Amino acid sequence: MNYKALLAVILSSLLLVACSSTKERPDDVVVEERSIGADPGVAGARIDEGVEAGGARLGDEFGVSPLTDPDSPLAKRVIYFAFDSSEVTTEGRDLIALHARYLSKNPEVSVVLEGHADERGSREYNLGLGERRAKAVERMMALQGVPTNQMQVISFGEERPVAFGHDESAWQLNRRVELLYSGY
Amino acid sequence: MKLYSILKQGNHLRVLQILLCGLFLLGTAQARLNIEITQGVEGSMPIAVVPFAWQGTGIPQQDMAAIISADLARSGQFAPMDIAKMPQRPVDGQDVNFNLWRGVDIDSVVVGRLELSDGRYQVMFQLFDAVRGVQLAGYSMQVEAAQLRRAAHQIADIIYKRLTGQRGAFDTHIAYVTVENVAAGKRRFRLAVADADGHNEQVILTSSQPLLSPTWSPDGRRLAYVSFEAGRSMVYVQDVTSSQRQKVAEFPGINSAPDFSPDGQRLALSLSRDGNPEIYVLELGNGQLTRITQHYGIDTEPVWAPDGRSLYFTSDRGGRPQIYHVVLDKNGRPVESPRRISFEGAYNASPALSPDGKRLAMVHGEGNRFRIAVLELGSGILNVLTETRLDESPSFAPNGTMVLYATEVAGRGVLEAVSVDGRARQRLGMNKAEVREPAWSPFIDKQESKQ
Repeated sequence: MNYKALLAVILSSLLLVACSSTKERPDDVVVEERSIGADPGVAGARIDEGVEAGGARLGDEFGVSPLTDPDSPLAKRVIYFAFDSSEVTTEGRDLIALHARYLSKNPEVSVVLEGHADERGSREYNLGLGERRAKAVERMMALQGVPTNQMQVISFGEERPVAFGHDESAWQLNRRVELLYSGY
Repeated sequence: MKLYSILKQGNHLRVLQILLCGLFLLGTAQARLNIEITQGVEGSMPIAVVPFAWQGTGIPQQDMAAIISADLARSGQFAPMDIAKMPQRPVDGQDVNFNLWRGVDIDSVVVGRLELSDGRYQVMFQLFDAVRGVQLAGYSMQVEAAQLRRAAHQIADIIYKRLTGQRGAFDTHIAYVTVENVAAGKRRFRLAVADADGHNEQVILTSSQPLLSPTWSPDGRRLAYVSFEAGRSMVYVQDVTSSQRQKVAEFPGINSAPDFSPDGQRLALSLSRDGNPEIYVLELGNGQLTRITQHYGIDTEPVWAPDGRSLYFTSDRGGRPQIYHVVLDKNGRPVESPRRISFEGAYNASPALSPDGKRLAMVHGEGNRFRIAVLELGSGILNVLTETRLDESPSFAPNGTMVLYATEVAGRGVLEAVSVDGRARQRLGMNKAEVREPAWSPFIDKQESKQ
C-alpha cells in the first residue's frame, strides 16, 4: 500500500466516523459532505473515483452500513418502468443485482419494495400495476438469492407521485419501484 | 356556476345509431323512452324558471329559481331561459301571460314564492305548459332554512318527472375525495359527502394517507372505501351519518375496489392475498370469502349487476385492461369463465353499471387520452362522452341519465357530470384544490322510484 492510498484510507475513515456520528439525522450528513467538498484541499481526494470506491468497501469492514453512504451504488434505490409495463429494464436489472448482493450478504437487513404507477387510467388498476412491478423486482431478487422474508411488497398505485406534472416528464418518474431499507 | 352544453354533429349521429338499434332490438317498450331522447337530440326543452317572490326581511337565503334552473340545465334535457330575456316575471300562476311566453318560444314556465314566517319557510311553486296554457303541477312545502336547497332540488325533481316522465336525481348525494397540500410532502385527504350539485359539503373522514374508491350501500346509509391509513390499502365500511366505521378487509397484499351487492349484505372487492389481484365476494355478516376469479392477470374493480347474479370487472388477462363479465350461480359461485365485453380501444377500465343494468360507463383509453365512454350492453355500441384526457371514476346518477366522473383541468382534479347522450356537461361547483373519486348515491326513498 503506497502513501497516497494510506492517506485515502485515513480520510475515508474520518469521513465515515463523521457520518456514523450523525447517522440518526441523514440530512446533516449531506450538509457536512458539502462543506468538505468546498474545501479545495480535500476536494482533490474526493473527485478521485478509486478513493471513493475504497471508502465504501472499507465501510463494510468497519461495520458501518453502505446504505448511509450517499456515494455508494446502493444509494440508487428507484427502478423505473415503461407505461403499463412491469418489465425490468437493463438498467433496473443492474441495480437490482447490486441490492440483491447486499441483501443476501446482510440477512438481518430487510427491504420494502414499494410499487407505484403514473396517474393515467384507473386508480384501482394502477394499484395492481404497482404491485406487479414491485413483485417483478422481488422475484428477480429472490432468483439472486435473497430470501423472501427479507422483502415486503406494498403497492401505492398512483397515490404517491414524486412528480406532480400531467405529462410524460412527470409520469416516467412516477412509474417506479422504490427500495426502502428499514432504518435508513 | 359555469354551465355549458355541447352540441356536436358526431354526437347526434351516435345517438341516432342507438335509437335505431334500440328500436329494432328492444321493441316498443323501449321506443317510448327513445322518443324522449329524440327530443333531446333536436334541442333541449326551453323552460323559464322565473325568480321566486320573496316575502320576508333582508334577502332570501337561497335563490330557489337559480338552483332549480341549474339542476335542470345540468341534466342536458332543458335549456332554462336567461332571466334578462324573460318577457315578464310573474310570481303567481294567475299572472302568467301564455302568449308572451309562446312569443319567445318557451314551452314551460315555473313561478313561485318564498315566505318566511315564525322561522320557517313556506315554498310554493307552479309549473305551466305555456303552449296549451294549463298548469301541470303546483306544490307548497314548509321547510327549515337549512333545507331550502333541498326543497329546490325536490322542485326540480318534480318538474323533471312531469316533463320527461323519468324520475329526477337532483335530490340525491355524491361522495368524493379531496386532496390538499398542507406542507412540503404532506397531504390531507378528506372523504366528503355533498348534494348532487356539489353544495353542502360534509367531511366524514380526514387522513394523512390516500383514500380512494368510495362506494354507496344500496340504502345510501353506508360508504365502503379504501384507506392507506395503516400503511397499505385496506377496505373500510363507514356509516355516513353516525361516522361509525369498521375495517372489513385487511388481508396480506392489496385490499381494494369495494362494491356493495344489491342486497347490501356482501362486498365484491379485489384482493391480492393469493399473490395477485383477484375478485372476491366478502359476506359482511360473517367475513366469509368467495373467490370469483382465478387468473395471473390483474382482476379488479368488480361491480354488481342489479340482480346480484353477475359481476363486471376490469382485467388485463388479455394483455391490456378490458371489461369482463362473470355470471354467478345461486350460491354466488362463478358458473363459467369470465367473458370479455369491451372490444373497442386499447384500454378500458373502471366499469360502472347504469341502475337498469343496460349500460356500462368506463374509462376508455386511446393513446394518451383517457375519456369516459358508455357501452350499450344490448347492441355493443360504444359512445365516447367526454373530450378531456385524464378522466377517471365514472359513476351513474341513480336515474341513469347522467355520469359523474373525475378529470383534470388546468392541472387540477375536478368533478364533471355528463348526460348519457354526451350533449351536456357541467363542472361541479367546488372550491377545493383537488377533487376526485366521485360516487353518486342511490335514491334513498325506494318507493318513489317506481314510475
